[in-house]
Amino acid sequence: MAHQIIATSRSRTGIPTGRLAVWWVIGSEILIFGGLIATYLLNRFNHGPSWSAEAAHTNTFIGAANTFWLLTSSLFVVLAHAASERRDARKTRMWIWLTIMLGGFFMGFKTYEYTTEILHGYTIFTSNFWSFYYTATGLHGFHVVCGMVIMAIIAENDIKNERNWHRVENIGLYWHFVDIVWIFLFPLMYIAK
Amino acid sequence: MAEVAHAEVGHGEHHDDHHEPSFWSKYIFSTDHKIIGFQYMFTGMAMALIGGYFAYVFRMQLAFPGSSIPFWGTLSPAAYNSLVTNHGTIMIFWVAMPVLIAAMGNFLIPLMIGCDDMVFPRINRLSYQIFLLSAIVLLASFFVPGGAFGGAWTSYAPLSAKAQYNSTPFGAPLWLIAVTLEIVAFLLGGINFITTTMNARAKGMKIYDIPMMVWMIVIASILFMCSVGPLVAGAVMLLFDQTLGTAFFDANAGGDPVLWQHLFWFFGHPEVYVVLLPAMGIVAEVTCTFARKKLFAYKLILYSSIGLGILSFFVWAHHQFISGVDPRATYLFTTTTLLISIPVAIILFAFVATLYGGSIRFTTAMLFALAFTGEFLLGGVTGIWLGSSGTDIYLHDTYFVLAHFHYTFVPIAIIATFAAIYYWFPKMFGRKMNETWGKIHFWGTIIGFNGIFIPLFILGAGGQHRRIYNFQNYPDLAGADMQDMRVFATLSLIVMLVFQIPFIVNFIVSIKRGEKVGKNPWKANTLEWVAPSPPPHGNFGPVLPEVYRGPYEYSVEGREKDYWPQNEKPESEAT
Repeated sequence: MAHQIIATSRSRTGIPTGRLAVWWVIGSEILIFGGLIATYLLNRFNHGPSWSAEAAHTNTFIGAANTFWLLTSSLFVVLAHAASERRDARKTRMWIWLTIMLGGFFMGFKTYEYTTEILHGYTIFTSNFWSFYYTATGLHGFHVVCGMVIMAIIAENDIKNERNWHRVENIGLYWHFVDIVWIFLFPLMYIAK
Repeated sequence: MAEVAHAEVGHGEHHDDHHEPSFWSKYIFSTDHKIIGFQYMFTGMAMALIGGYFAYVFRMQLAFPGSSIPFWGTLSPAAYNSLVTNHGTIMIFWVAMPVLIAAMGNFLIPLMIGCDDMVFPRINRLSYQIFLLSAIVLLASFFVPGGAFGGAWTSYAPLSAKAQYNSTPFGAPLWLIAVTLEIVAFLLGGINFITTTMNARAKGMKIYDIPMMVWMIVIASILFMCSVGPLVAGAVMLLFDQTLGTAFFDANAGGDPVLWQHLFWFFGHPEVYVVLLPAMGIVAEVTCTFARKKLFAYKLILYSSIGLGILSFFVWAHHQFISGVDPRATYLFTTTTLLISIPVAIILFAFVATLYGGSIRFTTAMLFALAFTGEFLLGGVTGIWLGSSGTDIYLHDTYFVLAHFHYTFVPIAIIATFAAIYYWFPKMFGRKMNETWGKIHFWGTIIGFNGIFIPLFILGAGGQHRRIYNFQNYPDLAGADMQDMRVFATLSLIVMLVFQIPFIVNFIVSIKRGEKVGKNPWKANTLEWVAPSPPPHGNFGPVLPEVYRGPYEYSVEGREKDYWPQNEKPESEAT
């Protein structure tokens, strides 16, 4: 469509429209994960010892490694943003792909972790703790994959047009949000035994 | 910045002129906010007919149990449950939400704030496409083995969680998927509404110059977004329970069925205000225009709506007074529920105060707006009984509850929507609807509506329970006097449905043959009346309007005309 919408270029709040919308998306996502985590916590309080016994079987080492990958990837996405502010397409692209790589590490570790859990008999049906474990980490993993796909599109396509460079910042916001969700899931699912 | 952009529009239109857009790209895959608004409106209207038809079928069963129903046949208990469930689901998720928020929001927000489209036109189109898909999934659930879901629109676990309980192995998941898709559609639409209003307002439109309709849709969108998150998580959990066999809500395996009720009503109660607020926005616009008065206490209405929104997150457990929640918690929820009637009453009485001393014009739109104020008041007042845990224990799940929430939802989703359609029809299609037929439609609708639900209040107070297929099986409820009231309610429903025929005919005929009108047939102030009727692509032509004053400057002293459009330059500047 050649037609340019004026509405999109207006900014009465002073915040670019795209970034504003990403904040609202994050707001609604917080409530989705918030609802899930709140119900998990209420269950955990109500079934204290039995759930703690189940939680003892999660793999803290892999959880910690995954935390490390995600936190580092957050740094990389910030560096990508900084590079895009300097209008350095090559560096922006490089840092985005490094972020995607760490997201790939995260998903790879997660796959290994799921596989070993399932082989040891801890499936989504085993108990409600495991149902919550797979639902919450699975939903989070889905968000990680979505973020990786969007970053790949930005790195390979949107980067060609300087008008679209603000999208690097927008996906960075989203990626930080995905990290923060993990910062909540990690202690709740892996550390608290 | 804006001036540069104006020039861009001129170029854009030249590009578009190269070829006439085909029917498909103009009406089906359009990104124009007005077309998307129409798509939502017509889909919502079609769904309203389906929902009304369901109501007709199960009301006939209750009035004449076991007999063959015209246009349906004999109704089985399972089909009765499916129809009741999907009547509720359709009327809330596929009628009230799309027509009040999506259709009106899409059509009106860019026009009322003076810009050429939504800020994200393609997300807007995606939102409608997901919505349409959700409607198709819901209707498809009637044609799968086992039939459509019959566990009530609240979908309580464990009935909804296990196919062995609800006997609809495919209907229940499809219902849940349809509702989730619909929620996704409105999250996308809501983000669009909020960001558009925040960022794309016309030059000079300050925060208190925004028309109440726009405010209400924005507040409703924020409310929806904040309340629906936990339900999305809950829907994922319920879907896993249904399809994978997890036990989130199955008490046998350590789950908690009441948890679903909390997740559902944490969304379900704010949802009432999500649809109520746009309806109140419509009534505010219509009342001011036809009373030729400034809206009474604009800021108070605005703050009350925000307060209402915040309070609505703390009332949900009043649906669960007999579900085993802690009796101490019922005190809390009774208190918050009674408190929330205060902002609602403030807004309604502000509408009444707006009428005071006005020169009122009883157009069809105004009649519907006035009817909303009166009828909704009745619905709100009966809510006081239900919000108090003491009386609710007796009235819970009776027809009193049913009549109460229909006295809130029908004014919201039906009466206020008709006010909006009669009021904005000239803007949508450039022609007026016929007023005489409009008034016939109005009286038929209002009389029919009250005829349905006043008997149901009495029956409910007399102990008639909801969700029963045949009252003749219950000696206490089978008396001739009670049955007479059921028949009366059913006949009133038929009256109400029959009187929608003049509306539909009037609507279709008026699109082609109605009285032609100019830009501003009602002499109203807000910006949508500055655009041509119907507004072209880009809404206002090459120059977008600027705003100099609030939206409700009617009958200002010392002015010759009794209205003062928001975009009219002040005398000092108009040279």
